[in-house]
Amino acid sequence: MTHNSDFAIVAEGLRKRFGDTQALDGVDLAVRPGTVLGVLGPNGAGKTTTIRILATLLQADSGHATVGGFDVAANPADVRRTIGLTGQYASVDEDLTGTQNLVLIGQLLNLSTRDARARAAELLAWFDLSDAAGRVAKHYSGGMRRRLDLAASLVGRPSVIFLDEPTTGLDPAKREDMWGVVRSLVGDGSTVLLTTQYLDEADALADEISVIDSGRVIAHDTPDGLKRVIGGHRIRIRTNDAADVQRAVGVLTAVGTSAPEVSARNTITVPVADESVLTPTVERLAAEGIGVSELSLHLPSLDEVFMTLTGHTTEELPGSTSKGVAA
Amino acid sequence: MTLTSYGPTAAKVAAEPPSAPPGAYLKHIFALAKRSLIKTIRTPEALIDVTLQPLIFLALFTYVFGGAIAGGSQHEYLQLLLPALLGQTIAMAGVALGQNLNADIEKGVFDRFRSLPIGRSVPLVGAVAADIVRYLILMVVTLGVGALMGFRIETNFISAVAGVALAIAFALCFCWISVWVGMKARTPGAVQGIMFMLVLPLSFGSNTFVDPSTMPGWLRGFVNVNPISQLGSAERGLLVGGPVATPLMWTLIWMAGLLVVFVPLALRAYKRRV
Repeated sequence: MTHNSDFAIVAEGLRKRFGDTQALDGVDLAVRPGTVLGVLGPNGAGKTTTIRILATLLQADSGHATVGGFDVAANPADVRRTIGLTGQYASVDEDLTGTQNLVLIGQLLNLSTRDARARAAELLAWFDLSDAAGRVAKHYSGGMRRRLDLAASLVGRPSVIFLDEPTTGLDPAKREDMWGVVRSLVGDGSTVLLTTQYLDEADALADEISVIDSGRVIAHDTPDGLKRVIGGHRIRIRTNDAADVQRAVGVLTAVGTSAPEVSARNTITVPVADESVLTPTVERLAAEGIGVSELSLHLPSLDEVFMTLTGHTTEELPGSTSKGVAA
Repeated sequence: MTLTSYGPTAAKVAAEPPSAPPGAYLKHIFALAKRSLIKTIRTPEALIDVTLQPLIFLALFTYVFGGAIAGGSQHEYLQLLLPALLGQTIAMAGVALGQNLNADIEKGVFDRFRSLPIGRSVPLVGAVAADIVRYLILMVVTLGVGALMGFRIETNFISAVAGVALAIAFALCFCWISVWVGMKARTPGAVQGIMFMLVLPLSFGSNTFVDPSTMPGWLRGFVNVNPISQLGSAERGLLVGGPVATPLMWTLIWMAGLLVVFVPLALRAYKRRV
């Protein structure tokens, strides 16, 4: 691999075993400074374990990793000065207010009380939490907690930020907000490693994507490169009438890049070259007089990605729901 | 959200992260102790074990069992009971610490602390330091209500202050057992169960409530080495008079032993806890 100083995050051959479960089985990652790496994978693939090792919370059984040029095993203190970590489950202190949570982190990062307060106020305003600053975090909504958690990880102005499934459980509008936050962090020069279960999220945010499966990276590419392999956008329609399915398949064959797939309940899916195909598709369906109850343009789901890359869907993964070992 | 290109991380990326300034360790402990205290204030029912619980023991043993145990004079029994009870209840008060730490770890709050450039031991030491306030409350409540019930300090003010300080210092050593169990056990409930298995025999297999001369020989052996007995005897000496030097020496030896054994065990368990 290239010299470590070219990368903000490097992981080489990380392995970690929990009891009978090989959580990581040789994970390799590399992230250039100022870019976003999306780590895409289902529950149990090893995403959280990887982040916990890179964030010095966990020691790998073998392998090697550096963050900001510091070895996570040999110089954990230097790594901790470099990183911000936002976990899958917001780890804010429920009994403290928003302000108290952030001031505490500031004080632990050696800010004076006054600077810690100023920093807390700045972050609360930035995350639209000023009105809730004096309220105990217990009473925050899920989205507010998530934002407070992210704010807490930014108190020290980290240059490398780990986001573990930052949008899992958020509604679509809150998800877009979170994407905006990630983009502006990168705009400021931070390096971001984010894990996700959604290809569209990785596609929207990441410069490069590593697909992880059963503790191994099974694909690494740019979003465009990955989409070339697994197919880009798909159009999915559902006809009102089962009798229309055959004619609808004809329409989709004409607009698609390969043969449409028919699945249960009159649903037909076809890969398409790009978004511009949507309008002609609608027009042709109308011209044929085919009534549809559902029509969508979407990127492949994680299941579809895995079907293409590994030949099995995420549900069939051995050990994907194994006890207690986080994703 | 206000999403301008100016984010809260702007103008920093190239800067070298600063090293911890001198005195940082103590400041960090203070910051985390303050966090524990805020949590305590927000949940006053968490103070039951340092307020109502010692009072129940005090009232129960003085008024219900006291007459039978002391053979008549409840006042005499109170003079004997209360100093030792300070030691017994303060040991029990440490149980909550392990429970709270266990809950903190389950909730993921400690992941945040562990990802910060602070001393590894800071979150644990900070929580222990905050417990001083709880122990002080216990002292004030027990001595205050004891005084209303007729308890009188028979030595002098300085000696009594030394007695209070000794009990708190002992608790700060004894609570590391609870911290260790808190790191090892799976749930806060389990911490409580395990600690009570330990603290109850130490409490009742001591000279706190009953004169050991009424006990069988094998039990007297246990009572004599029991740190709660040694602490109780030292407290009696300091508050109502009697020999101090020997029980004080044994109490201090126990305190040192508890620290030497359980602080490293707790820190190691904390480090390994995933």
